[in-house]
Amino acid sequence: MPMDAHDIERLIKIAIPDAEVTIRDLAGDGDHYAAMVVAESFRGKSRVQQHQMVYAALKGSMGGALHALALQTATPEGH
Amino acid sequence: MSIQQFIANEVKSNDVILFMKGTPQFPQCGFSGQVVQILDYLGVPYKGLNVLESDELRQGIKAYSNWPTVPQLYVKGEFVGGCDIVREMFQAGELQTLLKEKGLAVREAARA
Repeated sequence: MPMDAHDIERLIKIAIPDAEVTIRDLAGDGDHYAAMVVAESFRGKSRVQQHQMVYAALKGSMGGALHALALQTATPEGH
Repeated sequence: MSIQQFIANEVKSNDVILFMKGTPQFPQCGFSGQVVQILDYLGVPYKGLNVLESDELRQGIKAYSNWPTVPQLYVKGEFVGGCDIVREMFQAGELQTLLKEKGLAVREAARA
């Protein structure tokens, strides 16, 4: 079952409350998204760990319903 | 040998190994293909393992690294990341640095 952008954003924010999430639907088919997630709680974590936090938030729909989520993570700049 | 032992053994005995869909010659997924292109551009020797050949391997690798998708790149036994992270690191020159730090040859032109 394809997920829509709101589902993705909502799930990420539930697990990572301080996350700022921007999502682009790459193919309009509910299956290929690009997501940028910026969160203070990523600070000090490796990229792999940051991505794993997001995948954990998506509770197993990653790899299944979300075959392709192009993910970028970052910590907020300096402020 | 269990699938986890098989994976652990492959990861340990290959400096650079890519668990992918398809083979380096014939990637069967855009994301796997992108990592193959990066590795080929860098000229670093690596082994490609086609997870499509065995569903046990395809599920086993995801459990091994606690990472839900393929491709998965490992350098000197360490999980580096999937397509997004490998591409991001490549563009930032971090992948070249990592390979050099691990004593792995990178093609001269590709040095960041």
